[in-house]
Amino acid sequence: METITKKNTIKDKLLSEFELSKNSLFGNIELREHAAKSFSEQGIPNRKHEEYKYVNIDLLLKGDFSLTANKTLTSAQTAPAYFLEDAYNAVIVNGIFDTALSKLNDVPKDLHICSLADAVKNYPAVFENYYSKTLDVTADPFTALNTAMAKNGLFIHAAKNSIIEKPIHIIHISSSEENTIIHPRNLIVIEENAQIKIVESYQTIDASAKTFNNALTEMIIDENASLDHYKIQDENDWGFLVNTTHAVQKKQSRFSTHTFILSGSFVRNNLNIALDGEYTESHLNGLYLTNGNQVVDNHTLVDHRKPNCNSNELYKGIIDGKSTAIFNGKIYVRKDAQKTNAFQSNKNILLSDDGTINTKPQLEIYADDVKCSHGTSTGKLDEDKIFYLRARGLSETSAKKLLMHAFASQVVDTIKIDTLREYVEDKISKRFE
Amino acid sequence: MLSIKNLHASIGGKEILKGINLEIKAGEVHAIMGPNGSGKSTLSAVLAGKEDYDVTEGEVIFNGKNLLELSPEDRAREGIFLAFQYPVEIPGVSNVNFLKTAINEIRAYKGLEPMAAKDFLARLKEKQKLVELDGKLANRSVNEGFSGGEKKRNEIFQMAMLEPKLAILDETDSGLDIDALRIVADGVNKLKSNDNATVVITHYQRLLDYIIPDVVHVLYNGKIVKTGPKELALELEEKGYDFIKAEAAV
Repeated sequence: METITKKNTIKDKLLSEFELSKNSLFGNIELREHAAKSFSEQGIPNRKHEEYKYVNIDLLLKGDFSLTANKTLTSAQTAPAYFLEDAYNAVIVNGIFDTALSKLNDVPKDLHICSLADAVKNYPAVFENYYSKTLDVTADPFTALNTAMAKNGLFIHAAKNSIIEKPIHIIHISSSEENTIIHPRNLIVIEENAQIKIVESYQTIDASAKTFNNALTEMIIDENASLDHYKIQDENDWGFLVNTTHAVQKKQSRFSTHTFILSGSFVRNNLNIALDGEYTESHLNGLYLTNGNQVVDNHTLVDHRKPNCNSNELYKGIIDGKSTAIFNGKIYVRKDAQKTNAFQSNKNILLSDDGTINTKPQLEIYADDVKCSHGTSTGKLDEDKIFYLRARGLSETSAKKLLMHAFASQVVDTIKIDTLREYVEDKISKRFE
Repeated sequence: MLSIKNLHASIGGKEILKGINLEIKAGEVHAIMGPNGSGKSTLSAVLAGKEDYDVTEGEVIFNGKNLLELSPEDRAREGIFLAFQYPVEIPGVSNVNFLKTAINEIRAYKGLEPMAAKDFLARLKEKQKLVELDGKLANRSVNEGFSGGEKKRNEIFQMAMLEPKLAILDETDSGLDIDALRIVADGVNKLKSNDNATVVITHYQRLLDYIIPDVVHVLYNGKIVKTGPKELALELEEKGYDFIKAEAAV
């Protein structure tokens, strides 16, 4: 078992582990070497890094970490994990797709779910066309690191004109007995005119040490295709998650993505969406409930590249305890992207005196015929509403609970999969107890 | 039912109520009239338990209990209902869900089981009819996007659902056109019984054409300066509040 001593930096250790293991990893080795070189140049970000200035990631990675993450789980061990009913459930343990633990019966023939290594063999054209094509490894150190070190993650391909009725649930399980760094990777390709629903959940099972999870998902939504996407981030206190999503939308495609952050010591989301075709539509919804010493950082980038596209973003947060939440939402409207409609809103409720919220909307507009707006608000629960409810006989506690539910419901109600919505509602109710 | 003795209350160090005395018995309707700034809304807020006000002197006994020691929710559970002058909008909280929670918390306070769903629905239907409230409004979020008249009607609907012993209507007539006023007044009259009492706080006499009071009080400068039969309201309407101010100045 490879472990890091305090003498060497985590960056050095990651790079030497890369040299040791690179020949056993799937895909193009030049691509990985290029990414590793870029990671080597960028390093682990600290507070001086503009995009990571609110979080001390380098401090989170102090100490010994295992880089091999070769723990496996039995189906008895994964039984307590959340599996979605009436869905295709794919289980990933510490970044490696595990067919035996997955429940992938009756997958229709126009839907292909396999490991990335199998995709290289079985769907070479799709893989070559899209893998690592939506992203720029020089733009972000974690994207570079993941691209260098990714192990055998998941490949999902919906063929042209396919309508996949049942959702696909990617269960990311973190499980470690010593501090570990993992690099889960997914590639999702929705071909022209296909329609699909994907849920990604991040869960911790059978852990007794930290997992630093550097997960990356690429999504290609081709012409007139539709993707309804959900992320349920619910790792426990052992979970430290950097979750990067790169999505590219082609002409007339529809993409809804919903992020729910329910627990985890540290969560950093990089959600990058490129509207790379005319008449596309994107919806970004997010809800974060933070407490204790949690740090939750949502960075979103909506890149309007072509004319006549719509994007709509709503992120809401309830911040309690000594937790910190960060929202950084960038809307980029390029010179060619005339007739863009782009809206963004971030609303927060601060329940405690020691909680912190940093919210930063950023609009960069280079086209002259666009409609863009952004708004942000942070406040306590409205005393007048609390009094109104108490004057009708509700206790102060239930009045507050009702108001928090009402605040969250605007995001929760956007979940179109009934069983998933009930699951999230139930989780939220327990949090408000 | 309600006995207010020498009640003084202030906000931010400024005294608003300067010694209120009031006795209300079951089955009675009391009107409290007065010019703007006389303390009408402060009195209703203090009775409902709004914490922004400091009660500096006096006592309020409600059915043998010291009301001022109770939290706002316990006052409601004991049977006080305040129809707000400006009902707040609460997006995301459905009227029905909120009323169910309210009724069951009131029942729990009294040691009763939660209300059966079918009983709740039956009451909902009956009371909706009583205040002529559109079923769609009842199912919407509390007051969200309601017109002024709809908000006031929703207050009376909530009152009907909660069946309070003492209802305080704080300027329920403000901002209502005559049709809405009639509907609201009609609802209040239908809910009247020998076991409950109503306090109607208003600036205008007009509402009292529809809700006939047993007693009219005139509140001025934080005190009740005149009490009389229902005809007092007409006299006020005719002469304006200036004659009260003149009398009070003497």
